[in-house]
Amino acid sequence: MEERDVKIGLEVHVQLTALKTKLFCSCSSDYRGKPPNTHVCPVCLGLPGALPVVNRKAIDYAVMVALALNSKINEKIVFFRKHYFYPDLPKNFQITQYDRAGGAPIAIGGFLKININGREKIIRIRRINIEEDPGKLVYPTGSITTSPYTLVDYNRSGIALLEIVTEPDMSSPAEARAFLNKLRSILEHLGVCDCELEGSMRADANISVAGGSRVEIKNIGSPKDVEKALAYEIIRQSQAISKGIIVKSETRHWDDLRKVTVPLRVKEEEQDYRYFPEADIPPIVITKDYIEKIRKSMPELPDARAKRFVRNYGLTEYEAQVLVTSKWLADFFEESLKHYGGKPKKLANILINDFLRWVHEKELEPNSIKAKPQHMAELLKLLEGKVISIKILKNILPEIIVSGKSPQEIISERNLVKISDKEVIKKIVLEVFIEHKESVRDALVNKKAVHYLIGQVMRKTRGKADPELTHKIVLEMLEKVREGEIRI
Amino acid sequence: MSVKAYRLEALEIIRNVKEGNLCITDVIEEFLERIGRVEKKINAFITLRSKDELLQEAKIKDRLLKEGKARGLLFGLPIAIKDNISTKNLRTTCGSKILYNYIPPYDATVVKLLKEEGAIILGKTNMDEFAMGSSTETSFYGPTRNPWDLERVPGGSSGGSAAALASGEAPLALGSDTGGSVRAPASFTATVGLKPTYGLVSRYGLIAYANSLEQIGPMGRTVRDVALLLNVISRYDPYDGTSLKVKRRDYLESISKQLDDLHRRVKVAVVREMFEEGVSKEVVVIVRNIVNKMVKEGFVVDEISIPVIKYALPTYYIIAMSEASSNLARYDGVRYGFRANVHGDWNEVFSETRGNGFGKEVKRRIIMGTFALSAGYFDQYYLKALKVRTLIIKEFKKAFEKYSILISPTMPTPPFKLGEKIADPLAMYMSDIETVTANIVGIPAISIPAGFAEGKLPVGIQLMANYLKEDLLLAMAAFIEELTGLKNLIAEV
Repeated sequence: MEERDVKIGLEVHVQLTALKTKLFCSCSSDYRGKPPNTHVCPVCLGLPGALPVVNRKAIDYAVMVALALNSKINEKIVFFRKHYFYPDLPKNFQITQYDRAGGAPIAIGGFLKININGREKIIRIRRINIEEDPGKLVYPTGSITTSPYTLVDYNRSGIALLEIVTEPDMSSPAEARAFLNKLRSILEHLGVCDCELEGSMRADANISVAGGSRVEIKNIGSPKDVEKALAYEIIRQSQAISKGIIVKSETRHWDDLRKVTVPLRVKEEEQDYRYFPEADIPPIVITKDYIEKIRKSMPELPDARAKRFVRNYGLTEYEAQVLVTSKWLADFFEESLKHYGGKPKKLANILINDFLRWVHEKELEPNSIKAKPQHMAELLKLLEGKVISIKILKNILPEIIVSGKSPQEIISERNLVKISDKEVIKKIVLEVFIEHKESVRDALVNKKAVHYLIGQVMRKTRGKADPELTHKIVLEMLEKVREGEIRI
Repeated sequence: MSVKAYRLEALEIIRNVKEGNLCITDVIEEFLERIGRVEKKINAFITLRSKDELLQEAKIKDRLLKEGKARGLLFGLPIAIKDNISTKNLRTTCGSKILYNYIPPYDATVVKLLKEEGAIILGKTNMDEFAMGSSTETSFYGPTRNPWDLERVPGGSSGGSAAALASGEAPLALGSDTGGSVRAPASFTATVGLKPTYGLVSRYGLIAYANSLEQIGPMGRTVRDVALLLNVISRYDPYDGTSLKVKRRDYLESISKQLDDLHRRVKVAVVREMFEEGVSKEVVVIVRNIVNKMVKEGFVVDEISIPVIKYALPTYYIIAMSEASSNLARYDGVRYGFRANVHGDWNEVFSETRGNGFGKEVKRRIIMGTFALSAGYFDQYYLKALKVRTLIIKEFKKAFEKYSILISPTMPTPPFKLGEKIADPLAMYMSDIETVTANIVGIPAISIPAGFAEGKLPVGIQLMANYLKEDLLLAMAAFIEELTGLKNLIAEV
């Protein structure tokens, strides 16, 4: 199948979980796992007569995010009503923002830099909106098609959301994932969103493959799934185009269980949302002074942090960027470094090449990583002190990550201390020589066979033998065989 | 023989209770008796609280009074509340079938304030469905009748509150005014109704019809009673984003202070356009007569022209209907209120519920508002209406640079007969021609009795003042009240 040009844009919904309350009322936003309809009040239930009052902290956070994404913040924030009937929407309109009819979203324009295959790429931001989250429909059987009735839970109704819309600047699923990871790291560094919480960061993606039309995919829960959904769509659309089938412009749904996209019911006409100004919320004026105050209060962001890693720790640009892809990882690196006190680069290498690779393979989320920075530091010290080999380090790392045990604990449990006693190794080498007489003869004439013998020693010691020392002793003892000092 | 409590002004009841001349239980019993006698003819209330409940509350308050623990500006005073203002644990229907069983779990801010000041809520008064109407005929709970002539409407949409006052069923009441809904019924029932500056009174708990236009307003039979109620309800409310942060004032005190030298300080203008098209001759004569008396009292009264006023009515209806179509979207039967007994998907249930739950006029306005906000028509209707609104505001600001009180009739006609205009929406809409401007601009306006057409049909005079000039407006109204002697009028029924 030929490769076709792909254009991807994202619409990301981020819950401002740091608010602790909802956007227009003081209900707690900590609704996850709570009994249905217990985090509600007249305002977020849309009871007759209730009025929304903007939580000003939400504006602070939105301005922070806009600044972090290099967006232009509007001088006046206006809210609009977007109308559509749906049971999870208690007022049957959503309070959001709009960029026409005299409306203005909180910020427009901006960009975010991602690193993809060692290259830097700029993804442009179109706009940033503040809006309220709807409630949630609950299907008693778990499926919309088989449930005899539907329940509604309004605990989520009115949670503060930022809608961040990009230009269609991404050209591969990997770039989309990189964008989301970078965005997530920024949000975490700002401390506005605990993106690990289920549903706190959701994305809709739109994708067009050359020769096809724009298709929207809704309901994608994580950056990883965005990558999967987009990859699926590219194949689906490319195959259709190759076969001469027209790809129609439509909205599709990401089926999280089957890992495929499915078409949503086709709407016969385009929905008219009848946007108009929300008169219950007077326009909010954003002054330059206020913006500067927010700017000054902002913490270090991923790009600045990466630069500092390069400058202060001598890491490469690439290493630094990898470490700041998540706030958790960057924090873990710096914490470990404090305990370790050795060369930052060494730590970074182990973290990126061993630690991170394993974490990605197992698709672990930070909250399931139990490893402590002290343990990382200890592990490196053990390696440097030649107490363990790099092989053992790699061997025990997974257990450190998932169990939270210290390296010492694991080493003594598994009896893994490195063998660096010459006499012990000599004894083992001799045993190997006796068991592999053929190979010893080979080794006397062929250097490559030497490695085979070393390998056998390592196998016998389950990797605990000091590799350098073993190499030296094998060579010495081969010499002795040649000279007849040792007979086998 | 002592005067019946139900015939007293609110301030008089409060004074007599405080001085121990009246006990609260007797006051409540007298009002209940009066209600028992006239309510069948008037239909002012949709929901009345039970006698037991009311008397129990009265008893508790009497005891507090005896113990010297009585607190509050309205201590022991019964009050009627329009049925679009949320009252905790007391059914609030908005005059609609769609909320026939809705019991709010919270009090509107104004209701909270009334309770804090010791008022006793009698019940919820009848109104046009969702406040959409000028006659109280569109209520699902039947029309309210005008106590001065039972064949005629009491005006609307706060017709229940006004009729309760005029028939002696309540001494004080709350209404709401989106395009004249407090002033129109005040005019038709010879009572006093004030629409405050937009933002002076909290709307939290007021069931929205057109949220950029409406205000809760105090209603009474005297200007001072209305001032007293405004003292209670005009407070900054953090639960209403449009609530104004202004210093609290004592409007009763400011009436007394200003009354004597008003004619030296106040420049008055009558607005020519508001005496012209569609205004009946008898109304013009009665209102002009008061103006002439004012001139004799030493007032300078000019006649001014604000031509843009002719666009006020269409502007008002486009904005109000657009907002209504949005505000009323929430009534779908999912969370509260009436739900149609149909099986089907949510779309069918929503449609049936709304189709059966709303009355004709409400559906008319929702449909027209939806149309005005639709893609392709939005610019022509809604945006244009907003532009005209801005223009009208500008013209009024200009007028207020020179004049501090503007005068007009409140209603273009005396009260009309039940059924006379209900089948002709445009004729009905025309009755709002004098009142909508104050809502469009956001300024305060009051209606007080001006006289009686044909010797028996109430006619009101409307005064308008600049933003937050309620003190001046009420003082001026009190002056005219003295001038006409039309004060604390109760129909015999």
